[in-house]
Order: sequence, then structure tokens, then C-alpha cells
Amino acid sequence: MSFSNIDPWILTLAGITVIVTLLMGFRSAKSSKSASDFFVAGRSVSVGWNASAISGEYLSAASFMGIAGMVMSVGYDALWYPVCYACGYLFLLLFIAGPLRRFGAYTIPDFAEGRYDSPLFRKIAVCFVLFIGFFYTMPQMKGAGTTLAYIFPGLPYWVGVAVVGVVITLNVALGGMKGITLVQAVQYWIKMFAISVPIFVLMFVYGGYGKNLSLNHSAADGAAPPAIEQTIGLGNAIRHPLPQKAPKDEAWISPFGPLTTKAAKAAGLSAEETRPLSLLYTFSLIVALVCGTAGLPHILVRFYTNPDGVAAKKTTMWVMILIGVFYVFPPVFGVIGRNLLPELYAATGSKGPDKVVLELPTLIREKYGVLGSILSGITCAGAFAAFMSTFSGLLVSMTSALAHDVYGRMLKPSATPEERMKMFKWCAVLVGGVSVLLGSLVEPLEINFMVGQAFAIAAASYFPLLFMSVWWRNMTMKGAATGMLTGGLCALISAAVVNVSTLALDKGPMGKVFSSFAGINDFWKAHPLLRILAEQPAIWAVPLAILLMVIISKATRKTVPADARMKMLVLHAPEALGLKQEYIQEQQGPAH
Amino acid sequence: MSDSPFTEPGLIHSDAFLNQLMKRQLRLSVSCAGAFILLLVGLPLANYLAPQFMGQRVAGFTLSWLVLGVLFFPYVWIISKIFINRSMALEKQEVENVKQQERI
Repeated sequence: MSFSNIDPWILTLAGITVIVTLLMGFRSAKSSKSASDFFVAGRSVSVGWNASAISGEYLSAASFMGIAGMVMSVGYDALWYPVCYACGYLFLLLFIAGPLRRFGAYTIPDFAEGRYDSPLFRKIAVCFVLFIGFFYTMPQMKGAGTTLAYIFPGLPYWVGVAVVGVVITLNVALGGMKGITLVQAVQYWIKMFAISVPIFVLMFVYGGYGKNLSLNHSAADGAAPPAIEQTIGLGNAIRHPLPQKAPKDEAWISPFGPLTTKAAKAAGLSAEETRPLSLLYTFSLIVALVCGTAGLPHILVRFYTNPDGVAAKKTTMWVMILIGVFYVFPPVFGVIGRNLLPELYAATGSKGPDKVVLELPTLIREKYGVLGSILSGITCAGAFAAFMSTFSGLLVSMTSALAHDVYGRMLKPSATPEERMKMFKWCAVLVGGVSVLLGSLVEPLEINFMVGQAFAIAAASYFPLLFMSVWWRNMTMKGAATGMLTGGLCALISAAVVNVSTLALDKGPMGKVFSSFAGINDFWKAHPLLRILAEQPAIWAVPLAILLMVIISKATRKTVPADARMKMLVLHAPEALGLKQEYIQEQQGPAH
Repeated sequence: MSDSPFTEPGLIHSDAFLNQLMKRQLRLSVSCAGAFILLLVGLPLANYLAPQFMGQRVAGFTLSWLVLGVLFFPYVWIISKIFINRSMALEKQEVENVKQQERI
């Protein structure tokens, strides 16, 4: 391993991000004393802080690096990712955020049990928190390992994963969520700064968003290339010749490009037969991302830190603005990267388009020296902030599930607040350890695909549960549990089948491990429609879950909770009427 | 307002009150979601049915890229702003209704 080619600026700025994160965690550890402080930050976080914190937690490694890389490699279709990541919050706001906050429970399992008076359902819901959590942790860990390997050329991937995992686990164990709220909020602004400043400098030097895009010729332009308008203050857009492996302009800039036509292409379908399948793929992707956002457990838990339902709604509004502004920028990196760094198309994995965000600012270094190094350092700091904040948010929600649900409610309901706090710390260490272990195993898997899987599972399990429980009075526990389990497991299994068939094609060691699944690929070639439905399961898994919920609930009509009317009233009546049930107060009393 | 709302009978514990409350909230949420879904379903369909129109250039962008990459975000902010204002007004109105009924 040689450290001679490390850029001191990159190292310094990334280091500062880590140290600031740690210091803030330790500082706030002193001020978070009670169990309530640990779990939901005493429910006293202001709208501005909470919105920044949710945004900070949400913008993960996939958002920061993955989207730019994906736009660069597949073009237009990848734009659905940032748009739905941001706009999925609207569903959360319209149907779920307000009622859930009024209900006054700590976590989704709290809600599941409180709504149906069923400790069994709590256990099922806890499993899904951990399940989706670990699935979402793996791509974050991959991002950490890849970025550290970029900063320290030659560093083994697993060392990066372990270092980041240990740092964040300690931070969460010592600071709890209060620390994390502050840290997350600051992390958002670091990421915003890190993505916007370099892109403005790049646009100033190499031309704006539209100008770079106009260099890509499309069929709709006709024979003449589009006129490039010269804007004052912006440099001229230029482009280097594209290598053989890069997608052609027409396919790249137009809808229904390489991302959505892959399965049909493999099956050798004609262009006419391919188009409806592409449309289906696009719709299914939209359903997965929009509904999945509304069902992510580590985001939902944060709505309980709002002082009331009105604040919960205002927070969601601000989250949409904060992450919406952010998500305009990563695709710009992808567009400029296609013109200026086409050589990245030739490489794969962590050396390919995925690192375009880290690589582009170094072009400024060649032109303006140290300014480029600083910009590179800023984007690296942003990448650090991205995977650190998402991982710590996941860690908090998984640890809460373990300490609060499994230990506090199932194993030892008589635990004192001190015992619970101690347990929170040990659970954080346990979850962090497992995450590092899992993260070090997934190097060959694609970051974005893993994130997509987590979203699809959340969309088919938690979203139907929350949506139906909030708005349909006659839901029964059996209906809710059957729908959630079937939808979630179907999404999981079909995604996993696609995963192993993709891994079987890998040329590295994983290809040998999974070689027995290679036969599935022949099946995909014969049935491209099934391949698309397996790769993007949301379009059938979400309706399936809801349908099952309705049918089973009707069949078990007698078991509708006796006080369902009261539950619905608490969910929907304005808080000013004073109907709120406080879960926290119940739990601080004697065990029941 | 009563101190123990869980045991007291009254307007807010009638089925009619709950049904009306939920219906009004759901109507508001669904109409806002409709505006969102319109664009969410409409844009891929427009891309599918009118590729030439969606491919025309606006300041270097294709129209389709401009809508999805930039304009989609403010559109959603407007919907959510309208929703929040209306839902807060709705809650205020409900509270006033209940207070009036209790006085009678």
C-alpha cells in the first residue's frame, strides 16, 4: 500500500467532516439524559432542525454518487430516481405523516401493536424494520468502502467498511438520537454545499446544464444539430469522443433508453415490441420509489420527533424543498461527465461512472491548480457525510427496534429507564457489527440495485400497512399481517432471484459461487416480461398486498378491534380536541 | 372540553363525526394526490405517445428532460403547500364546530 499519491486537500476536508461528526456526537451525549431523549430526542426538535435532519439522513451514498453515475451511464430514465426519491414524500405528507404523529407512538411496531392491540403483530413489524434496515445498510457500506479506496489508493475495501462502521457505531452508542438529530442536520448542509459549489464552478468553466445536454443529438432534433446559445459568463461546452461502450446519444437522451430496454434487448425483441415493456418498467419503478419512500422505517421514526401534527406536516414540506433542491444537481454531474470524462464508460464497478462525482472536480485541478484540489476535497467530504449520516440514521432505528421493542417490550418489560439506555448502547454495537460484516461481503453488488431492493420491499410491506391502517376502519390484524408479509416477501424473493442470476454472470469470484443459477438467464431471455416484473416487482406486489389486506380483513370481520372507532378518532381528530394517546406515558408506568 | 375524553359520550364520539372527519380529510388528500399522479402517469405516457413533441429543445434541454429534471420539483412543492394550508384550515374548522356543539 502506498500513500504517496494521496491529495492532502481531499484527506484534510474528509477528515474534518469525520471529526466534526464525532465531536458533535460526544458533546450532545452530555445533554441527552433520559430514555426519551435517547429514543425520540424528547420530541422537542424544531421544524427547521428536524427537516434538515431528515434530509441529511435521507441523502445517502446512492443519492450522492449513485445518481450521477447512473445518469451518466443510462441517461434520461435514471432521472426518475432523484425525482421519485424527493417527490415520494408527497405521499407521506398526504396520507401518513399527520395521522401517524397524532397517534403518538415511538416506532412503526408501536403503531402496529397500538392500532391492532396485538403483540404478535409487533414482532412481525420489528422483523421488517431490521430486514429493510440491513438491506439499506449494505449499499451505504459499499459506498464507504469505495470512497475510502478512492482517497487511499490501495486500501482494501473491507478496511474502509470497518473504519466507517466503528466510527458511527460509537457515535450512536454514545450520543443517541439527540446527537444524531444535530449531526444529521449539519450533514445535510455539508452535502448541499459539497454538491452545489463544485457544480457551479464546473458549469462556469465548462458551460451550463442545458448547453452540455444540447451536445447530445437526438432524433427529434432533425438533421441539423441544435444551435448552442452562448450565455454570458459561462464557458463553452466541449465534448471528448465517446468510447465504443458508451450508449449512443439518441438512446441516452431519450426516454426508454438502456435501463428499461435491457431485458427486451437480451431477448432480441424488435423496437416496436420493446416500447410497451419499457413503459411498464418505468411505471413499476415509479411505484416502487414513490411508495417505498413513504414506507422507509428510518425516515418514519423521525416524524415522532415533531412536537405536534402541524409541525410534522410543515417538516415534510421543508424536507421536500431541501432534498428537491439537492436532487437537481447530481444529474448535472452525469451530463457533464458524459461530455468530459467518457473514458469512465470503459471501466466497471467502483472505477466506472459511479465515481464521476469524485472525479469531475479534478479536471479543475488541471486547469486552476489548488482550487481543483479543494473542490475535490469538498465532494469527498460530501460523500463521507452521505454514507455516514444514512448509516447512523439506520443504526438508530434498528437499535431502537432491538432495544425498545425486542428488549423493552418482549424480553424484559419491567426494565428501568437506566437498563434500557444501557441496552440501547449494547444493541447499537451489535447492529453496527452485523452491518460491517454484511457490508464487507457485498463488494461485487451494485449500490443502486441494493437501494432499489430496499425501496421495493418497503413499498410492498410498510406502505400498504400504514396506508390501509390509517384510512380503513375495518382492517383486522390478520388482514394487515397477511398483506404485509406476502407483499414484502414476494418483492424480496423476486428481487433476490434477479440478483443471483446477475451475479451468475459476474466474471469475478462471485460468478463461480453463483454459477448454478446461470440457467435463470436463459429463462429471462425467453420471458422478458417476467424478467421486468421480477426486477421491478412493485407494480404487482403493492396491489397484491392491499388486495390481500382487504380480502382477509373481510373474511375475519369479527376480529376488528372493538375500539377501532376510538383508534381512528385519535388518528384523525385535530390535536386541539385533546384525544391524543401517549404511548410514552403508558410505558413509563408499571408494566402491564 | 372534558378532562377525560375517553369515557365521556358526546359529539366527537359519534360515528357520524368520525365518518365526516375522515371523509373530508381523505377528499383533500386524494385530490392533491390526483394532481401529483396526473404528472407521474402523464409524463411517461407523453414520452410514449408523442416522442417528437417531448424531444423538442428548450434552452438546450429536451422538453421531457426539462420537465423531469427541473420543473417536477417546484410542481410538487406547490401541491404540498396547498395541501398544508387547506388541511390546517380544515382542522381549525373542525375544532370550532366541536366547541360550538358543546356549548349548545
